Amino acid sequence: MGAMRYTEEAFVTPGPFSFQDGELSLSKQTPLYATHVAAGAKLVDFAGWDMPIHYGSQLEEHKLVRADAGMFDVSHMLPVDVEGAGAQDFLRRLLANNIDKLKEPGRALYSCMLNERGGVVDDLITYFFSPAQLPPFYRIVVNASTADKDIAWMRKQAAAMPGGGNVTITARRDFAMIAVQGPQARTKVWAALPGSQAVSEPLKYFQAVQFNDITLCRTGYTGEDGFELIVPTPRVVEIWNALAAAGVKPAGLGARDTLRLEAGMNLYGQDMDDNVGPLESGLAWTVDFNEGRDFVGRAALEAAPPARALVGIVLEDRGVLRSHMQVFTDEGGFGETTSGSFAPSMNASIAFARVPASVSIGDVVHVDIRGKQLKARVVKTPFVRHGKVLV
Amino acid sequence: MSVPANLRYTESHEWVRKEPDGTVTIGITDHAQNALGDIVFLELPEAGREVAAREEVAVVESVKAASDIYAPIAGEIVAANTDAIDTPESVNTDAYAAWLFKIKPANLDDIDALLTADAYKAVIDAA
Repeated sequence: MGAMRYTEEAFVTPGPFSFQDGELSLSKQTPLYATHVAAGAKLVDFAGWDMPIHYGSQLEEHKLVRADAGMFDVSHMLPVDVEGAGAQDFLRRLLANNIDKLKEPGRALYSCMLNERGGVVDDLITYFFSPAQLPPFYRIVVNASTADKDIAWMRKQAAAMPGGGNVTITARRDFAMIAVQGPQARTKVWAALPGSQAVSEPLKYFQAVQFNDITLCRTGYTGEDGFELIVPTPRVVEIWNALAAAGVKPAGLGARDTLRLEAGMNLYGQDMDDNVGPLESGLAWTVDFNEGRDFVGRAALEAAPPARALVGIVLEDRGVLRSHMQVFTDEGGFGETTSGSFAPSMNASIAFARVPASVSIGDVVHVDIRGKQLKARVVKTPFVRHGKVLV
Repeated sequence: MSVPANLRYTESHEWVRKEPDGTVTIGITDHAQNALGDIVFLELPEAGREVAAREEVAVVESVKAASDIYAPIAGEIVAANTDAIDTPESVNTDAYAAWLFKIKPANLDDIDALLTADAYKAVIDAA
């Protein structure tokens, strides 16, 4: 057997050196690291963090989330608080989606943060909170791989505004995060956290509520129902163990990747990056051009209509699609897969492919796999949602 | 990880079994299937193909990775395990039962140059 190829790059990129507790360490660890080791997790480097890729079988973890519930340690992601009198105006400028949509406290918004060239600095979720007796604020959850870059970018944009934007931008490494996902996720969270059902059952998708010191967000990255929990770091092991006692099994980043791909959700760094904009990444629905709002990257997006589109493809021949495979259209056009995998819920292989914008749903394309041209069909994403295959 | 004493091995994690009919049967080791994780696809060689030692002849793909499989010795491919193609997960269940292909060796003595179980154990312990 030769060296293993195609392992998603994000899992093998060597992490930066970092100092923890005064010790030089090769990679960072979440507060749940020892818990994962004790559970027999296989750990890999993900964006500089030692993270569980699976706890035995990636396939079983994937299927458990589709059928029941699973929990993911996502503490490598970073909450960033934006507060101050200028916070709303700052985010109107910073984000491609319109922060004004967050009219009531507890609402959340998915958006890209663009650079001046219209490329994606990061994709993120912004929550609006207004606690009693405290000033309202926004909490933005950003990707681990881009966290340092994101904060620097936010501060640079604030500094360019009059009065420094009148905002304070604070990285919140004092929080850890657990995503509990699956059709039984909410019920099991309620069992693990007595008293939480009353406040969180009324939540709609993309809404959040505070329960004691835990923020319960009805969001996720799997295409299933569930919560993402933002918790104080010293409490995360206790909460993880309470969830385990309520019957929630852990799932690794491997299952998280196949779940999000089936759910038609982009992964930053693979499906879009600093050099590829949202309109060529299937994210036009997140860009709000209304009201003449002057957000960073708008001029570049308007100056260059998208020539390419990100589409979903299903392989009709036998094989496994991976990222960076060449795609050929019937009209003689070229493209490339950005994320690809075996899809456990479909028993088939699927991918996102960036292709000429003229490609339509239903078209047949061919993908080069080890020199063979294999047939694939262009489909509407998501591939899978709420346990059902849609393509 | 299981390393049966009656088989020969390669440093690239193939196992090799000498058959009474003068052919050899080849698969991947328990260590290899564990490193790959859940196996979902096999691409196996056609019978009749002449292969050189160390030539890439098959591909095993798991959910997360793909890996080439080499011919441990030179010879002619005489069979591929089509049952395993339909049930790739059988390689995870029992890597020594779910063989991949059979070779009629150009020189049967080539097998003796492959690793013994003890030598292969040393290879995986050092990894």
